[in-house]
Amino acid sequence: MKAAAFDYVRASSVDEICRLLADAGDEERKIIAGGQTLVPLMAMRMARPDMLIDINEVAELAGINDHGDHVSFGAGTRQRAIERSDIVSDRLPLVAKAVRNVGHQQTRNRGTIGGSIVHGDPSAELPMAALALEATMILRAVSGETEMPIDGFFEAAMVTNIEPEQLLTEIRIPVWQDARIGTGFHETSSRQGDFAIVAAAAQVALAEDGKVTRAAISVGGAAPSPVKLHGLEAALIGKSADGFQDIIALVDEEIDAETDVHATAEYRRRVTRKLVSRAIDDAIAEAGK
Amino acid sequence: MKQVEVTLNVNGKDTTLTIPPRMTLVDCLRDELRLTGTHVGCEHGICGACSVFLDDEPIRSCLMFAVQAAGHRITTVEGLLNEDGSLSDLQDSFWECHAMQCGYCTPGMLVASESLLAENPDPSEDDIREAISGNLCRCTGYQQIVEAVQMTAKRRREGAANG
Repeated sequence: MKAAAFDYVRASSVDEICRLLADAGDEERKIIAGGQTLVPLMAMRMARPDMLIDINEVAELAGINDHGDHVSFGAGTRQRAIERSDIVSDRLPLVAKAVRNVGHQQTRNRGTIGGSIVHGDPSAELPMAALALEATMILRAVSGETEMPIDGFFEAAMVTNIEPEQLLTEIRIPVWQDARIGTGFHETSSRQGDFAIVAAAAQVALAEDGKVTRAAISVGGAAPSPVKLHGLEAALIGKSADGFQDIIALVDEEIDAETDVHATAEYRRRVTRKLVSRAIDDAIAEAGK
Repeated sequence: MKQVEVTLNVNGKDTTLTIPPRMTLVDCLRDELRLTGTHVGCEHGICGACSVFLDDEPIRSCLMFAVQAAGHRITTVEGLLNEDGSLSDLQDSFWECHAMQCGYCTPGMLVASESLLAENPDPSEDDIREAISGNLCRCTGYQQIVEAVQMTAKRRREGAANG
């Protein structure tokens, strides 16, 4: 399996990338960052771009910065850098837990947060965490910069709402300021590092009395796109560690589970309920410490 | 076929080549540079047989086009040898523990393990299994590979303590 022929341009700035995208005409021009999703798609001829624009050497597209109320990630920031980042482990513990489940050392060394989000693989962990925490994406084109909430960005499996002339430059993930915060992340896959059959992420804030005041919950792998469980989040407010089991069934209403070669829809529904429950358990326990 | 000229630094040596952009790094290493120690398996980032170092970090060379590697340092399994051409201590431990049968996964296993040992001189069995989790072996059941990495780690620690 070899990729079809393409032209290669190594870009040196965001402006240059946007110009190349704007001037595409009839050509399909694709951004390549880590290549961990795109290159397999090209090898299998599911993607056949005329031109690859390599953004790996564009320094302004990488880096993690703490802005107080949010942490910003350059779209080209490697998953490995996120895994090793003190800012992420201190400020975004849910992202820190999620990234440990992403692929293997060889793929995390190349794979980027931006690539993970724009490809919209339903089982990818970083998009799930970013969705749970209501990240904002910064998209650039020749015509200017657009801010887009991540909720609604994922259309279907491997389909996202990015225009061909747009470049994802930055992801901003909010940092909760609540005093007592806890997180949980659980995943089921065939082997460590494999694609998630189901994964669940939860972050909660607790009041002094141990009741949930705020909840962010998302699921990956179960449906064609990562899903934020708005209904369950709302229902969880006011609940405590031993009082939420009766609302877990709400998950079924929000997840359109699918059958594939790895698992049936019914299996996915059952595992989703269980993993969401465990993630919330962990989050409440951690916040209560 | 479109061709581009690139200079690649592999195992400390620069070579200038004319290749098509669609050529993966692993094909370039094997077919152009004749460094056949790196194996090509699945060609879509699952098996890990093609693992090499890019600027001291292990990557899958089937998921990178050779043209992208210009300006970076690449180290293949051949580059792990001692300067006199003899096997490195890790390669020697693989031999001693019989950490292979068919040998297909071995270059990738060596790269993944060497990366772990560079970062963590005293890895637990779990650390080792996590480090090689991106490398498939169909022969050994992984046990002897884990033992070879443990043996190397122990010998390096003892060497450091004595040296």
